Amino acid sequence: MALTGVLRPGHAQIRVLDLDESVRFYKDVLGLVETGRDAHGRVYFKCWDERDHHSFVIREADRAGLDFFGFRVLDTATLDKLDADLQAYGLKTERIPAGEMLATGERVRFELPSGHLIELFAEKTKVGNGIPLINPAPWAKARDNGIAPIRLDHTLLYGPNVAAVQKIFTEVLGFYLVERVLTPDGNANAAIWLSCGQKVHDIAFAEYPEPGKLHHCSFLMESWEHVLRAGDIMSMNAVPVDIGPTRHGVTRGCTIYAWDPSGNRFETFMGGHLPYPDYETMTWTFDNFGQGLDYPQRKLHETFLTVVS
Amino acid sequence: MAHTVRIEDNGVSYTCAPAESLLEGMQRLGRRGIPVGCRGGGCGVCKVEILEGEFSTRAMSRDHVDDDDRRHRRLLACRVYPAGDLSLRVIGKLQKSVCGATPDPRLPA
Repeated sequence: MALTGVLRPGHAQIRVLDLDESVRFYKDVLGLVETGRDAHGRVYFKCWDERDHHSFVIREADRAGLDFFGFRVLDTATLDKLDADLQAYGLKTERIPAGEMLATGERVRFELPSGHLIELFAEKTKVGNGIPLINPAPWAKARDNGIAPIRLDHTLLYGPNVAAVQKIFTEVLGFYLVERVLTPDGNANAAIWLSCGQKVHDIAFAEYPEPGKLHHCSFLMESWEHVLRAGDIMSMNAVPVDIGPTRHGVTRGCTIYAWDPSGNRFETFMGGHLPYPDYETMTWTFDNFGQGLDYPQRKLHETFLTVVS
Repeated sequence: MAHTVRIEDNGVSYTCAPAESLLEGMQRLGRRGIPVGCRGGGCGVCKVEILEGEFSTRAMSRDHVDDDDRRHRRLLACRVYPAGDLSLRVIGKLQKSVCGATPDPRLPA
């Protein structure tokens, strides 16, 4: 089997300012499927085509932003090995017991030099996507509820020490660098796009002075038409849109950036090229960052660099 | 009944209905004033100091508005609803770019 180690983004936990308003938004507008609530007041969601119990968790708090972002790894032996590898690299790890999060096994948590908490886990209950595994239909009814992305695709995080973060992902966790934007002087990376499989990115980082900031969580759409339909639904519901619909130069993905009711940015994303681990990294100079962000408009939108939660 | 909101930084006034946030009212002007970010109380770029007037608020992130800010009426314009005529000044982190002497050519005048 070619895909081992870290498999994919598994969950994001996000802070919201008003739980009821946010549940309505994530269920009815974004069109996620609610799968549970726990004693901590957290509400669990999945995208309709995901099979694991949840990929997106919200909790009410007095500030917006990201609590942590988790990746599913192949199995428990991989989890133990990566835990040991992270410690050998010099990072402190913490074991979160199975069951602390609904339907989820033990998690290994560590803090990046960018101030973000990252988790690894090997077990989460498979609840299915509403389609039988024998003679499956191509989609289920939940596909038509709201924007209805098919999976949590990736996240972009803002914080300091991106070079050190890149080393952890590439030297310990088995990711590779797909694309990057150079700083204005060309001597370092202002932003990096990292993949653990053949997706154009599973996580991305941009250098930013404040630690632990969320730029966006991204949700995968099936087609450009579904991205445009997402834009229609955003406007029907007066969702504040940041950028798009347009195409990124970086990743070639098609996109809309918008904000949830607490100011957490999300993305409806589709497409992108298919990298392999042996491909050379693609590099954007800072003076071409505008094309990298918004290829048709060639515009480095100010909000992209300054608005985070 | 709509209220009048005055941005002291640039002397611009606009009308804002009680059900509209100070930021929504300003956006209808289609001109520069308070910086517009997430519009959900989470990012902090639309921070203003209310100098005069009555208002109500909705939830906003403590990362940008702490207890001291609340006492001094330093709030996020996207979460403030007017209950009378108001005056304010812009103090968010994009303040220089929107109220500075040099117009930003990328933004509509």
